[in-house]
Amino acid sequence: MELIQQLVNGISLGSIYALIALGYTMVYGIVRLINFAHGDVFMIGAFVGFYAITGLHLGFFSALLLAMAVCSLLGVLIERIAYKPLRNATKIAALITAIGVSLLIEYGVIYIRGAQPEAYPGTILPDKKIELFGVTISSQSILILCTSIVLMILLQLIVHKTKIGKAMRAVSHDAEAARLMGINVDHTISATFAIGSALAGAAGVIFGIYYIKIEPLMGIIPGLKAFVAAVFGGIGIIPGAMVGGLALGVIEALVSGLGYSLWRDGVAFIVLILILIFRPSGLFGKNVREKV
Amino acid sequence: MTTLKRINGFWLSMVLALVFFGAVHLLISGGVLNSFYINTLFFMAINIILAVSLHLIIGITGQFSIGHAGFLAVGAYASAIMTMKLQIPFSLALLVGGVTAAVAGLLIGIPSLRLKGDYLAIATLGFGEIVRIILLNVDYVGGASGMTVTHLTSWPWVFACLLITIIVIANFTNSTHGRACISIREDEIAADSMGINTTYYKVAAFVIGSFFAGIAGGLYAHHFYIIQPTNFGFLKSFDILIFVVLGGLGSMSGAVIAAILLTIVSTFLQDYPETRMIIYSLVLILVMIYRPKGLLGTRELTSFFRLRRAVEGGKQNDNKHTVA
Repeated sequence: MELIQQLVNGISLGSIYALIALGYTMVYGIVRLINFAHGDVFMIGAFVGFYAITGLHLGFFSALLLAMAVCSLLGVLIERIAYKPLRNATKIAALITAIGVSLLIEYGVIYIRGAQPEAYPGTILPDKKIELFGVTISSQSILILCTSIVLMILLQLIVHKTKIGKAMRAVSHDAEAARLMGINVDHTISATFAIGSALAGAAGVIFGIYYIKIEPLMGIIPGLKAFVAAVFGGIGIIPGAMVGGLALGVIEALVSGLGYSLWRDGVAFIVLILILIFRPSGLFGKNVREKV
Repeated sequence: MTTLKRINGFWLSMVLALVFFGAVHLLISGGVLNSFYINTLFFMAINIILAVSLHLIIGITGQFSIGHAGFLAVGAYASAIMTMKLQIPFSLALLVGGVTAAVAGLLIGIPSLRLKGDYLAIATLGFGEIVRIILLNVDYVGGASGMTVTHLTSWPWVFACLLITIIVIANFTNSTHGRACISIREDEIAADSMGINTTYYKVAAFVIGSFFAGIAGGLYAHHFYIIQPTNFGFLKSFDILIFVVLGGLGSMSGAVIAAILLTIVSTFLQDYPETRMIIYSLVLILVMIYRPKGLLGTRELTSFFRLRRAVEGGKQNDNKHTVA
């Protein structure tokens, strides 16, 4: 029973990782850049949600929507200001800029509001415990899981059924050819950042409700782990990010369940290094040969 | 003739270095410099060692590693265990710190150097985090509260390590092996097809870089009285990275200058850590957007005097920044 309990916890955690990983994977798929600032967009989402709930007295869903809107704006801004001038620069330059943006957001937030943590009010969602075959599931985690699943389905619909989704797939396949076909590549990249960041913002609010405590540096570790999840599933592949996120959440929960909770953070990176060594293209990825 | 000039240049800089060493030594032993300046000076030297060792990995070989604090931590803890738990003399402990870090570099380098670009970056980042988490969980080295270390680092030690690091890495850069590393930086596939064993040279650069990071770790541990896993987090790696990036990817003197400048800046901003990080990150973004080559690009300071062109970290290429 203990094992199943841990599985349930792992899936809740994993759905948060999956939401963040989706943004990573979409952005990487389209501009080949690890957006290090993504974890900090997630943090901003958590704080917007917090202030919306405590300051503006909004409910869960309106706070979620507000956080998503603010984060997508932030994502587009980051892309326009920091990444767009570097579109043709070397990979290292882009990566260093991404690290810079990440630190700027973290310490900008600390500078503005201080480093002290905040606590999400516990009353925002009804908290009933449901006993199912000896496993306790809180109604919160069910709602969180449902929200994440709805968002992921929405994302699939956007990517596969809409015009902008088609443009995204085209640009990620071949940006030059897409441009020749009359697709506005810049707009498509901005839209990708907007959608990815909105998902990270939603993940931030969900994280706050589930784990209560939020702080300005909270985005670093989940951000890195979500990246691990994205690599796990095969970076650039949307279903891969979902599966990778859930798998990583379950692995972590199992490790904590076995009594090694202090090693939890290390496991994600060990998983990463193992994947990179044995299957660098990820679970769903195809091996691409490099041509000269 | 040029060889003679080069040898003369080498001895000239050696003499200058020794004069500088002697002058500072007199100032310290004469009590002219107060402990604040001495501290800053030591910290500066340690930072230069770190910057130069990372410069070999990123600037010369073009392998983007952002887990350098992990090697620093390995060196610091290994040498601290030697002196504090096993009562081994400081000199040997420093060496053990360096060798342990080099072994760690070998262990992490062999599997992960098959990766390229940002995958390698993430793998090294992961390695740095794993080191930190291991240190956090091992009670033998004090866990989260860290280890107390006696103060053994002195100016002759710091200066000797600094000098050796710079000489070794400058000579490595100018040797056949260094040229091979530069060719990997410029174009790995082309280097491979010219018969250069790219994996060997990448691992070699990684191991040498981590060795000196380990030495710096030993100096660091025996200078600050206490070492804790939190000192060696991602931010420390980032601090080292910014020296190399700001100085110019591929320029050793650039890395040294950036390390000196930024140590001074961060000493003045010690009481405002947030402001310091905001300035750092803004500098990083602006440098990347407007001058991605960094301060000196791939040029060396000496090349401005046209005396020792041979020290250049590879021919510079004006219209293209080719690192990685």
